[in-house]
Amino acid sequence: MEETIDPECDGDTIIRFREVTKVYPLPGGDVVALDKVSLDIGKGDFIAIMGPSGSGKSTLLNLMGCLDTPTAGTLCIRGKNIRGMSDEDLTILRRDYLGFIFQQFNLLPLLTALENVQYPLILKTGSRECRERCRVVLNAMDLDESLFSHKPSEMSGGQQQRVAIARALVNDPEILLADEPTGNLDTKTGAAIMHLLDDLNRDRGKTIIMVTHDPSIAEYAHRVIRIVDGKIS
Amino acid sequence: MHSLMFFELAQRNVRLHWLRSLLAILGIIIGVVTIVSMGILGNSLVLAISDSLSTVGDSIIVTPHVGGMGFGGSQSSNLLSDRDVEQIRRAAAPHVTIPVYSGSSRMKIGSEDTVGTIYGLKPDDIPVLLEVDQGSYLRGASGAMVGATFAEENEIKVGSRISLGEMGSVRVVGILKERGMGFDINPDFGIVVEDQWFKQAFGQEEYNQVIVKVNDLNKIEEVKDSIDRTMNRKETVVDVIDTRAILETILTTFGQISTFTTVIGGISLIVAGVSILNIMLMSVTERIKEIGVIRSIGTQRKEVLRMFLYEALILGLIGSSIGGALSIIGGYAVSMVMLQTTEYLFVPSSLVYIVYGVGFGLGTSLISGLYPAWKASNLNPIEALRHE
Repeated sequence: MEETIDPECDGDTIIRFREVTKVYPLPGGDVVALDKVSLDIGKGDFIAIMGPSGSGKSTLLNLMGCLDTPTAGTLCIRGKNIRGMSDEDLTILRRDYLGFIFQQFNLLPLLTALENVQYPLILKTGSRECRERCRVVLNAMDLDESLFSHKPSEMSGGQQQRVAIARALVNDPEILLADEPTGNLDTKTGAAIMHLLDDLNRDRGKTIIMVTHDPSIAEYAHRVIRIVDGKIS
Repeated sequence: MHSLMFFELAQRNVRLHWLRSLLAILGIIIGVVTIVSMGILGNSLVLAISDSLSTVGDSIIVTPHVGGMGFGGSQSSNLLSDRDVEQIRRAAAPHVTIPVYSGSSRMKIGSEDTVGTIYGLKPDDIPVLLEVDQGSYLRGASGAMVGATFAEENEIKVGSRISLGEMGSVRVVGILKERGMGFDINPDFGIVVEDQWFKQAFGQEEYNQVIVKVNDLNKIEEVKDSIDRTMNRKETVVDVIDTRAILETILTTFGQISTFTTVIGGISLIVAGVSILNIMLMSVTERIKEIGVIRSIGTQRKEVLRMFLYEALILGLIGSSIGGALSIIGGYAVSMVMLQTTEYLFVPSSLVYIVYGVGFGLGTSLISGLYPAWKASNLNPIEALRHE
């Protein structure tokens, strides 16, 4: 992947949206999911994205996560314009600099907790000699060692989400993208997970962007972005 | 190292759905066993025929032309004169030319009556064409050599006497070695007498055919052309048949039959391939969300493709290996049933069908896995993540 910095992407921000539009062509007519959105996110920010269903929250998160590219406008991630990037380069960007935390945890059912954490690290380094590092990351999530050899189906929701966070962190990404990270957890476990994310932001300087419906969860963020009908309000 | 991880993932998925994997493997086993068994049977058939015919593959047979009467033309003679034989001898020189009388007659052996073929040959020519098993070659004018099958069927031994009615009788001086089916003469089912005796007994002056033994197989075409030029200059007097060409035609025909049966066997492999395609598509559909997750956390398209291809490869590898091993039993069984012998089973040209079968099994599995793997690798990660 080229390391050239786009002049439009220059600056102190880690994520920059400039007049970003995302249109989905559908048989019934084009759907504008994001309409000329401009936004700057600095290193170490903790952002909550809120808005009603269908407002464009997920589209915004997908674009930040390089799972999709804008129809128009400039989207810079770590100083690089992702518009026009190849699928291979976008995948490398996701693997090396972005960590994903999902509402449904999305651990790989065939792998144990430790192997789930190993997976992205092997993708990045090509080496399987990384068990120790994975153990350290899992330990930092307050997970009992006895669970490391368990499959996801043998763990509780909270335990699975901790493993998912460990998986997101194992490649030491600069940005963590969380889609309703407590949506499938009870209040107590949700709070514990949010404390964990808060610590990662405060102690390790991770930039966290989180989509949530829950105002009490949004309170952990430094800034709340509200989005309605594809526009930031 | 990525490859090892993806291979391991594929392996675990095959194990997780062990029943359907087993059924797909079973399909490949059946396909490979069928294709290999048919191939071995066909090859054994060709080898068996080749073995029984190859002893006569070095001859040119000259027979009187039997093309019938043309408009205004005269019918050719049904026999070859001494002059014809001499002309053939000169055209074929330095190769050995053997004129042959042949006919059939009722014979009485002891108290049993039978009918058999009688060949009249010059005593000097007999060792060139035939091998003696018991007794000796012809010496006197009233002796006879008997074909192996004829001797066995009629319990004829050296010293036995065969009566040919008014033509007289002959004493058996030798039993011939079994020669197998031939395009020139078939003495296994008859007797061979001295040419002069035959002339007298049958009252026949002219020959039925001339056999030219060509020592150098590469010269067959040349000798054949030479005889044809000499004898058929103005009109077609004789038919010149090259036994090697007949042999090759027969072997090619059997080879084609063998290929056809192998292709029929291949259909079962295609069915197995469709079954792999089916279970792989099922596997992709079941794992759409998982594909979305691994793509979102940094797995390349080509790596997803590889992971699914490994699954097809594992199924193919297990199925083909077991199928290859069982093919030996299958080949043994069909050879025993169809040919009553397994002597052609462990020859390289038969065993190579196991390699082909295993190769086709693997190839079919991989080809069947291609589309599902391609489909998986081209899934949109966002849509895949949304899939429930």
